[in-house]
Amino acid sequence: MSTTHSTDAPTATAVARETTEGTVYTVTGGDWDEIAKAAAATDDEKIVVNMGPQHPSTHGVLRLILEIDGETVTEVRCGIGYLHTGIEKNLEYRNWTQGTTFVTRMDYLTPFFNEVGYCLGVEKLLGITDQVPDRATVLRVLLMELNRISSHLVALATGGMELGATTIMIYGFRDRELCLDVFELITGLRMNHAFVRPGGLAQDLPPGAMDALRDFVRKMDRNLTEYDKLATHNPVFKARLMDVGYLDLAGCMALGATGPILRATGLPHDLRKTDPYCGYETYDFEVATADTCDSYGRYLIRIAEMRESLRIIEQCLDRLEPGPVMVADKKIAWPAQLALGPDGLGNSLDHIRNIMGTSMEALIHHFKLVTEGFRVPPGQVYTAVESPKGELGVHMVSDGGTRPYRVHFRDPSFTNLQTAAAMCEGGMVADVIVAVASIDPVMGGVDR
Amino acid sequence: MSENVNENTSTNTNTGQDPSGDAAPAQREKAGDVIAQRHGMFGADNGGDTSGYGGLRRTVRLPGSSHRPYGGYFDEVADELEGALEEQGIDPETAIEKTVIDRGEMTLHIAREHLPAVARTLRDDPALRFELCTGVSGVHLPADTGRELHAVYHLRSLTHGRIIRLEVSAPDADPRIPSVVSVYPTNDWHERETYDFFGIVFDGHPALTRIMMPDDWQGFPQRKDYPLGGIPVEYKGAQIPAPDQRRSYS
Repeated sequence: MSTTHSTDAPTATAVARETTEGTVYTVTGGDWDEIAKAAAATDDEKIVVNMGPQHPSTHGVLRLILEIDGETVTEVRCGIGYLHTGIEKNLEYRNWTQGTTFVTRMDYLTPFFNEVGYCLGVEKLLGITDQVPDRATVLRVLLMELNRISSHLVALATGGMELGATTIMIYGFRDRELCLDVFELITGLRMNHAFVRPGGLAQDLPPGAMDALRDFVRKMDRNLTEYDKLATHNPVFKARLMDVGYLDLAGCMALGATGPILRATGLPHDLRKTDPYCGYETYDFEVATADTCDSYGRYLIRIAEMRESLRIIEQCLDRLEPGPVMVADKKIAWPAQLALGPDGLGNSLDHIRNIMGTSMEALIHHFKLVTEGFRVPPGQVYTAVESPKGELGVHMVSDGGTRPYRVHFRDPSFTNLQTAAAMCEGGMVADVIVAVASIDPVMGGVDR
Repeated sequence: MSENVNENTSTNTNTGQDPSGDAAPAQREKAGDVIAQRHGMFGADNGGDTSGYGGLRRTVRLPGSSHRPYGGYFDEVADELEGALEEQGIDPETAIEKTVIDRGEMTLHIAREHLPAVARTLRDDPALRFELCTGVSGVHLPADTGRELHAVYHLRSLTHGRIIRLEVSAPDADPRIPSVVSVYPTNDWHERETYDFFGIVFDGHPALTRIMMPDDWQGFPQRKDYPLGGIPVEYKGAQIPAPDQRRSYS
């Protein structure tokens, strides 16, 4: 008995018929377009792929939820919060000076920006912005620009690695190491410095720091040309980055994207120029822009910004004058006479011997400051610095006590990561990696 | 006695800088909201106060509202906003509850029902043009009765190089504030974060879910009545209590 449907369905490509030796199936070819159309019409199943939170290409514990159709990404959603450590809550249980120890760990690739943003806020609440010594401000600028270089290098290095360009990664981390060596020399730590304090800095530059900094500028100036040779004009690199992760000015404004993403649309918005802090208006530097709105433009901006940062560092070195690095007000200045002891950097024993033996007032101040901390008049402020990722805003509320009442960090990574959907939807799966790398999110900052 | 200390508190806050140097500092009309009552000399909440000043009572107030001239560009912003609101038939007196100029920053306290209209006006009016919102930050002030939950927005105008702050409050019993995601889509995640930590419900948000804490988390961790948690640790032979159990001064 034949079960062929060839009479009622002449275009059928698969038929079965019964023979004495069993069922025989005949499968013939068909028009591929029709098959694809038929498959698309019946396929109402979404393929949802979880990328992360443990994935080598997602910049830390970022979970990307992709809805894909073949190789095309139709929807992207970000799942965040895997690195939430409650820093903002913790700040409310420590005094104002201890806060720097926490905020430096938020976006762990830009510790100095977090510290400076926080300290500018405390100083504004205290009304001592003008009293911060020049040397401290110049050193803050110097450290921030060094930090901008190291952060951009990690963005390039990890972005390159995710593309499979491991040489860029090796170069990036090699040069970042030069930055970290300088950080270690100046602050004693490679990351999480807590070096910038309300009122100034924890301590002055150590001996040999100026030579090390000039040496660094010379080396980095030479090394930066290697990125141009290696990547900037590399056709494979360009092919992967150009026209990928497109976001124009209107998109940036709506989604609040700042930093290289915004400047890649051609708008030279840089808080160092538009809303200067730490005396940035007195430095000579250019704001890098591109007009491509894509990942390649953001890459070019990062390279150009590193060069400008080197220029600023040179200007800082030229204008460093000897002087104090902490406000003169002994009711605010944390008594940080530090020295290297058997268990690492700590309070100088000479200083302790001095205040214990000779100066009762100094001892009282030391005791009051360390156990209680200083009081900050009630009110709220918002301070913003241009971090390598964009506008790092700090909203700070004081209730007149010795502890922050509320500190909120508007981390640029958090806001910029919202653009992932706009950048990736409609593109290829492989381009998601490029687009996310060009956003340069750091989950420590996103989740806090 | 508390009156005296109030005066001190409000003069202390005048140490902030001017917005543009040449502008006259705005004058305070009246004292701001009470946010805390302090006792004793050091504000320690555990242990005795042996200073002899244990009976001291202090009232802590936030900076109060200011009257004109505000100084700097603040007057222009206020004029333009009031004019634009009137054109839309919104009474500026009811929409803007008060204006606070403190430390060179302008805070507009907005009635919550008018927030979306005010935000849209600030964004679209050519003389205002606050294109960029840097998100929302929550503040929990349990002592500010009837206005316990505050949502604070910072708006930046790239066109005019200005920044202002909007502050909206809601009572704990009815923690609802209209969402501004339709005006500033960037606030999508920011409002989710503020909901997650403070329990402020942003009406009209497209998908108000937790963003940092796990979906099934109970409570709102950044509220002041939510404990920090932690365990005592041993350091150099001594027991150090958890951070929120330590002796503290305020």
